[in-house]
Amino acid sequence: MALQDKYKELLDAASSSGVANLQAREQDGVLYVDGDAPSGAVKDQLWDIYGKIDPDFRAGDLILNVNVTGAIDGGKLKVVTESTNLNIRKGPGTDQPIAGKAAHDEIVTLVSKANDQWWLIRTDGGAEGYAYAQYLQPV
Amino acid sequence: MKKQILNRLLLLFTILIPVMFTSCGPKDADIKANVEKAIQADPMASMGTLTVDVMNGVATIGGECKDGECKAKREEIAKGVKGVKSVVNNSTVMAPPPPPVQAPVTISADEPLSKNVTDAIKDHPGVEASVKDGVVTLTGEIKRADLPKLMQKLSALKPKKIENKLTIK
Repeated sequence: MALQDKYKELLDAASSSGVANLQAREQDGVLYVDGDAPSGAVKDQLWDIYGKIDPDFRAGDLILNVNVTGAIDGGKLKVVTESTNLNIRKGPGTDQPIAGKAAHDEIVTLVSKANDQWWLIRTDGGAEGYAYAQYLQPV
Repeated sequence: MKKQILNRLLLLFTILIPVMFTSCGPKDADIKANVEKAIQADPMASMGTLTVDVMNGVATIGGECKDGECKAKREEIAKGVKGVKSVVNNSTVMAPPPPPVQAPVTISADEPLSKNVTDAIKDHPGVEASVKDGVVTLTGEIKRADLPKLMQKLSALKPKKIENKLTIK
């Protein structure tokens, strides 16, 4: 339970900010926190708290897997890269050729989710392919 | 004349005697109401269900209490109510709620994990990663501003652990 105490602020914030299906389990010296965040802001807030408790994420004792849900097929997604374009690829993997690009902050359409990491998207310009899900957020 | 006065006095006593006896203390019904009121007013003692019966000043408390502390508190409160001679505490204590069901931790096998890690670090030139038994070890260097995004990507891949040995610029 020691890790639950260490990351108590984070767990409290997660439950009070409406993270659904929140799970926190400690196993072999690592705390695994999973859940569905209601918004990108909530996810960012949790990562800020994580970074405060464990500066530069050096301890290796937390796997914080809280992601924004609510992305549905046909729904709109925003490209949340730092500043660069997002590659759209022919298949789910960085080894796949690039089929097009979506700009930073561009709104695209989710066609379907190939898996947790790669989503098939379509831009308003007509480019269709797989993009990395961590750079996409439902709007 | 004397007889009339005597009769009147007798009548007065017959009315007064029961009144005097009952006015020795509060009535059972009043005590019951006061015990209920006192327990309901306490946030701890009022949790759960409550029944109160009072017979000749003996208060019997029943119902389901949240925990042992709540049960003891009810008894203490009831004893402090005016007119209560003794308390029979028949409150039961609720079974503690079952611990929330926790899904077991899923950890990715090295094969899909390695490929996914390669994808995740692709946008972070300077970062190298190795995967062994689910543990992702990061070496090389990264800008501090890019570190949270990299950690977010890797955490979503269900690794066992992330060993961050990156040099932060």
